[in-house]
Amino acid sequence: MAKHHIETTVNGDAVEFLCETEETLLDVLRDTLHLTGSKEGCASGDCGACSVTLDGRLVCACLVLGCEVGGRRIETIEGMAEGEALHPLQTKFLEHAALQCGICTPGFLVASRALLERNPNPSETEIRYWLAGNLCRCTGYDKIVTAVKDAAVVMRKG
Amino acid sequence: MRYEAPETVERASALLADSAGEARILAGGTDLLVQMRSDIVDPALIVDIKRIAETRWITEEPGGGWRIGAAVTGAELKEHARLKQVWPGVVEAANLIGSTQVQGRATLGGNLCNGSPAADSVPALIAAGAVATLAGPQGRRDLPVEDVMLGPRKLALGKGEFVVSFGLPPRPPRSSDAYLRFIPRTEMDIAVVGAGVSLTVDASGTITEARVSLGAVAPRVLLVREAAAAIVGSRLDRVAQDRLEAAARAACTPIDDKRGTVEFRIQIAGVLARRTALIALDRARTQ
Ligand SMILES: Cc1cc2nc3c(=O)[nH]c(=O)nc-3n(C[C@H](O)[C@H](O)[C@H](O)COP(=O)(O)OP(=O)(O)OC[C@H]3O[C@@H](n4cnc5c(N)ncnc54)[C@H](O)[C@@H]3O)c2cc1C
Ligand code: FES
Ligand code: FES
Repeated sequence: MAKHHIETTVNGDAVEFLCETEETLLDVLRDTLHLTGSKEGCASGDCGACSVTLDGRLVCACLVLGCEVGGRRIETIEGMAEGEALHPLQTKFLEHAALQCGICTPGFLVASRALLERNPNPSETEIRYWLAGNLCRCTGYDKIVTAVKDAAVVMRKG
Repeated sequence: MRYEAPETVERASALLADSAGEARILAGGTDLLVQMRSDIVDPALIVDIKRIAETRWITEEPGGGWRIGAAVTGAELKEHARLKQVWPGVVEAANLIGSTQVQGRATLGGNLCNGSPAADSVPALIAAGAVATLAGPQGRRDLPVEDVMLGPRKLALGKGEFVVSFGLPPRPPRSSDAYLRFIPRTEMDIAVVGAGVSLTVDASGTITEARVSLGAVAPRVLLVREAAAAIVGSRLDRVAQDRLEAAARAACTPIDDKRGTVEFRIQIAGVLARRTALIALDRARTQ
């Protein structure tokens, strides 16, 4: 069967691609569009390493089909820094050593940004629940939570 | 594998009915994509229903009832302040499904039609007296949610039929609902037991109507009429609580698995039924 021809928006840029029905948005991002910042940890919705937003909604790119995203708005980790200027979350993850191997980091950053856009001043409990679908095998989470709290302070000051 | 995203109910059911090979509805995909990845299902046709407007709406009807589209996500339910106030149990059950990311996609229709006896939103919907509106080649019909699932992965839907939306009945004053599940951790796990309770009290605090539903304790989610009968007419005093626990336990025919033994599940079903009823009662008094 012919491939699907999809036109969509990724990080503000108009993008078009061809995909098979069974290809996920994560496959398309990584293998077709060569945006490899989103990671595949499990391909089953459990780890959050593939987190992106779809029309502003946080989702696992591994649980979305490429052919579903025509006309939608996708934001990935590649759209987070503005040129050389890191997003406050990125700066605070570095400052607080909130990463070790780094596989989980793009997913945590995208998920944390989605949280702070809705709730600029989350409690520790709110951060931990929001990020419960992002797994990290290295850090033990405390430094990630600290970095998110600290980034929230910076962002509230604008 | 063919993919279609029709914009009308009629087109969707015609596609499903005319498919020679296996056809699957796609809502949030949080079950379907996982099952496709692990080769449990390999459909010839996928029908994405999210572009059908009525599967995506939440509306309060003039008579006080509610209509919730089958493809409304958990995240959207949570953001609906008024729905949350009237049906807190339904919303809290849907919000227990998976992580924030899963909430962004997972739907009530998918949770029901995946056909798992442990699906979290289903006991809450059954307790609420929710009715599923189905559409198929012969038109539409309504089916109480407790009659949709027949057993694990077995549904009462005919060929070409799918769930378009759910109807929730009008709410008398002093009514509320609740859902609790037991899992060994605080997030991201499958219910060992789930309990949904919906009830109405009179001005003196006596329960006048109740529905109790239990998940993960039988091949399908149960509506336990005896458990409801055990508390109607009472103010949920200790005696009524004991009757409720006993009736809930008596309805269980669970399996043994790594999440819990038969004995454990039966024990927990009683405890959860009681705790859930107490929460629903507390909420109902202030409604
Ligand atoms: C990480 C993770 C955690 C999870 N945690 C939980 C949990 O805690 N509790 C829980 O209950 N579930 C959980 N799930 C399972 C899943 O998210 C839910 O069952 C969800 O509600 C499915 O909805 P969906 O819209 O994604 O369904 P889909 O995957 O789109 O569909 C599921 C099935 O139902 C069929 N279907 C969908 N919509 C309709 C319809 N309207 N009419 C007829 N058939 C239809 C599909 O063809 C498919 O067979 C989890 C899943 C993941 C990946
Ligand atoms: S790769 Fe998508 S959740 Fe793990
Ligand atoms: S830093 Fe290695 S998994 Fe999180």
